[in-house]
Amino acid sequence: MTLPLAGLLRYGALSLLGVLCIGPIAVMVLTSFKTQAQTFTTGLSFFFLPTLENYRDVLFDASFGRYLVNSLIVGVVATLITLLLGCMAAYGMARFSFAGRKALAYTTLMLRTVPLAVIAVPVFMIWSDWKLTNSLLGLILLYVAVNLPFTIWLLYGFVLQVPVELEEAAAIDGCRPWKVFLRIVLPLIRPGLAAAAIFTFRIAWNEFILALVLTDRSTRTLPVAASLYVTDLGVEWGKLMALATLIAMPPLIFTFLAARQVISGLTAGAVKG
Amino acid sequence: MNDNTRTGWLFVAPAVVIMLVACLYPVLSAVHLGFYEWSMGTPWSEAKWAGWTSFQIAFTEPSVWRSLWTTLKFAAVSVSAEMVLGIALALALESNLRGMAFFRSLFILPMMVAPIAVGLTWRYMFDAQFGLINAVLVALGFAAKGWLAEESLAFAAIIIADIWQWTPFVFIMVVAGLANVDSSVLEAARIDGARWWTVTTRVKLPMIAHVLAITLVMRLIDAFRVLEVIYVLTFGGPGESTEVLSLHIYKTAFIGQKLGAASAISVLLLVVVMVLTWLALRMSNPMRDNEGDR
Repeated sequence: MTLPLAGLLRYGALSLLGVLCIGPIAVMVLTSFKTQAQTFTTGLSFFFLPTLENYRDVLFDASFGRYLVNSLIVGVVATLITLLLGCMAAYGMARFSFAGRKALAYTTLMLRTVPLAVIAVPVFMIWSDWKLTNSLLGLILLYVAVNLPFTIWLLYGFVLQVPVELEEAAAIDGCRPWKVFLRIVLPLIRPGLAAAAIFTFRIAWNEFILALVLTDRSTRTLPVAASLYVTDLGVEWGKLMALATLIAMPPLIFTFLAARQVISGLTAGAVKG
Repeated sequence: MNDNTRTGWLFVAPAVVIMLVACLYPVLSAVHLGFYEWSMGTPWSEAKWAGWTSFQIAFTEPSVWRSLWTTLKFAAVSVSAEMVLGIALALALESNLRGMAFFRSLFILPMMVAPIAVGLTWRYMFDAQFGLINAVLVALGFAAKGWLAEESLAFAAIIIADIWQWTPFVFIMVVAGLANVDSSVLEAARIDGARWWTVTTRVKLPMIAHVLAITLVMRLIDAFRVLEVIYVLTFGGPGESTEVLSLHIYKTAFIGQKLGAASAISVLLLVVVMVLTWLALRMSNPMRDNEGDR
């Protein structure tokens, strides 16, 4: 039905869109390999002798290692806890009826969209009170809490698709609910877990407004450091872009590798299947 | 469904505790704090009950109305542009082309880039002297512009960055919706002699109206919550031309150090976003009782 020409046009249009999507990311990466002088020439210079100077300056900065470790701890720990608690809650809500289940489902969904600016002020106050400011624990707790609603929403859909008969058969064989959950349900919702992991890690790794408010010199994460460099470094674009590239890459790589799961996560709830 | 209440609660309890402590409690505190006059750095015991004053001040303060207006403009312009572009592109390009999966994995990249990186990169590209945007404009024979220095251009800049990041989301949603449209219906319409335009507007779009509505509301919610990219790209400037509500709250609290006032404005933002979220849930509640709809 499709003419070769029409197909070709489609590929042309898709490629153009692809270039538009990648363009700014490419500008960021290319600029990170430019010398200070080259960043001040015009934006249309794509051919230049790349330098690793910016990366060397950024990576060997005295505090970079600490910020990186902080970011990794916060990102990885928050993601693991969110996944664990999220899949348990999704299973509990999908397979058990208990008092308050409906209210819980509704509250969870409403919490999903709370603007972070709204909770920044009270969290700053409450965390100061509980001595959680300037600690990675405080940040992790917060990221787990803001990511749980979406994770539960997403995994709930995946749990529903697990055939109940499998679980019932296991229960008849004498499996307790925990074993059914671990042995039957968890392996079957792995694609959902992958999507949830990427979305949670993305927030915990990228977020910087709450982190800016809640951390100090020793607990800063990379994005916070980058946001502060903006004023410190002024217009040292090469260094800024090297730092931005280092921050942007991990979520981008995960996303590209698990694109199918990410898309299923994005469309979950609105589109069946 | 299992009636074992205790086991059910054991499964959900850890998540519930964390959400209560670190999400719901702060949200309720934001509302509560709105009734106090409290400066940052002073102990909570020195906070003064102010009743509705903070709210009254918040709602008569021109800067609050200005930032609400900026947010509304931002949401209206960016979301409608993203919807129109995303739907048009999806209709034009949707089909089972080989390699579509590859393109889709490229398209989801912009929305996954760290906001700090998005903000920095666009700031560099919008730079008046050596930015890519002006270089392209000059190459095409237009005059270079002071993007981030002029109010209306800075506003255009935050819109352009948002369109770049989120149009692919609309595209992905619409393509996924179209993939679920029963092809025999389209075939029937074609056999009846309907042209592309008629099939699209009378059959395809109505059949995915539900997906379109949810996409629209989800984009609106995000547009009202927007903060980080604008924080880096313009920090609300020049003047207050790009100061959206979230940024205004942040500045009131952490630069102006007026925590009570900031909380009062938070309630305004919270109400807007919660109404939209409630609307989204009315359209599609993924956790409604699952009996009956499978």
